[in-house]
Amino acid sequence: MTERVVEVRGLTKVFNGFKAVDGISFEVMKGEILGILGPNGAGKTTTMHMLLGLTTPTAGDIRILGMDLRRNREEILSRVNFSSSYVSLPYSLTVRENLTVFSRLYGVRGRRKKIAELLDVFGIEEIKNEPTRRLSSGQITRVSLAKALLNDPEVLFLDEPTASLDPDMADRTRKLLKRFNRERALSILYTSHNMQEMEEMCDRIIFLDRGRIVASGGPAEIMAEFSGATLEEVFLKIARKDGGAG
Amino acid sequence: MKVSRVLSYTTRHLYLYRRSLPRLMEVFYWPLLDLLVWGFISVYLSTYKGSLPDFVTFFVGALILWDILFRCQQGISVSFLEDMWSRNLLNVFVSPMSPVEYVLSLLLISLFKLFLASTVMILVAMAMYSFNIFQFGVLLVPLVANLIVMGWAVGIITTGIILRYGQEAEVLAWGIAFLFQPVSAVFYPVSVLPPSIRTIARYVPSSHVFEGMRHVIATGTFPTKELVWAAGLNMVYLGAAVVFFYLNFKGVKKKGLLVKVGE
Repeated sequence: MTERVVEVRGLTKVFNGFKAVDGISFEVMKGEILGILGPNGAGKTTTMHMLLGLTTPTAGDIRILGMDLRRNREEILSRVNFSSSYVSLPYSLTVRENLTVFSRLYGVRGRRKKIAELLDVFGIEEIKNEPTRRLSSGQITRVSLAKALLNDPEVLFLDEPTASLDPDMADRTRKLLKRFNRERALSILYTSHNMQEMEEMCDRIIFLDRGRIVASGGPAEIMAEFSGATLEEVFLKIARKDGGAG
Repeated sequence: MKVSRVLSYTTRHLYLYRRSLPRLMEVFYWPLLDLLVWGFISVYLSTYKGSLPDFVTFFVGALILWDILFRCQQGISVSFLEDMWSRNLLNVFVSPMSPVEYVLSLLLISLFKLFLASTVMILVAMAMYSFNIFQFGVLLVPLVANLIVMGWAVGIITTGIILRYGQEAEVLAWGIAFLFQPVSAVFYPVSVLPPSIRTIARYVPSSHVFEGMRHVIATGTFPTKELVWAAGLNMVYLGAAVVFFYLNFKGVKKKGLLVKVGE
């Protein structure tokens, strides 16, 4: 794990005088799963949105796959992908139509084979002709993840991907993501409020609070540094250290 | 820019209309209703001879042409709303598709909707009022082209506003074209407008198109002056719309609003 696939330097975002992200720097290595943790309003989602080019940074540099995001947006976005439990897919289109539209947008070669493979991997073959609106939230999440893997991304951005899944499906999804990560050296940037999930999934975690990185390292390292038995304990210590929420 | 991406995203909307009967009906419902009401009024008024020559041609022709502008504007704005309603915009803007390609796909889908609605209107006008829009011959092409471009310009501006203000600006998608209707002089000549509004009308491309249409009906000659004005103004309108959308898109990304519209 030596190749840097994401490099962030001095990333800052100011909204009307409020610093949502305050000069953070970090990197993600090839094949690494990096988790971003932090209380609500810590800057996790804003950071992810800046990395995807959805929000323009106030200051700082973002390099993905060795390229500057500002200058190489199209090339970078064709080699990465994104899934969020808060973003849906066109609900009148069937699962297969949705995957077809996005595979074309990403210029996927061997489209039919790729879609068939993902329908099988995510166990959604039997619902491929169902309009998305008829699916359960768990099924939508799986379709959304299938969409996110259509272009064989080198970096995957996941915003609370298991938020709407039951424990069984969440566990299956995590195992699947781990498999993709292992087999394809897929780098993943992951946010979740499920501390157990972060412990299980992430090779490394950065802890954000009020837009700044307050801790970074492997889950075990962070727990040791903050004398917590679990990440949840560490989370509560950091979130409440200044008499904040809770 | 990749044409394949523009066409790919156009198919997203085509899939939508292939499956959704209510959406497909919406394309025909209002144009047909307008045509029936205005058509019958025109037939009734035409019984009072001498007041206006060829009443049906004036009204039904104007109505069909007005609908071209309206459908083009709606084709863009409502298709954008479809993406907003389905919380799909973030998926679109994290894909390699550029905002320009996205807007071009909306323009294409607006042409598809226009084709469907116009075909039905033209056929119904022929069947019910013996009105043949093709009586304008080759002149129909510049008239229609100018209305399409103006519809696109208004649609792109509307989309830019919705992008900036989100769902609270949604109502513009349905009503903004009507803001232009009084000064477009669709059913009456510009000369009947009060002087101040007449000045405004001079700078609205569609007013020149409808003046041109009446000129053709009355004289059968090419309304060169009106069409040159319409085309010139349309270039300005479309250019301004593109710049407006670009600046808005840049602005919403800076303010972090794109993700709020998209989620």
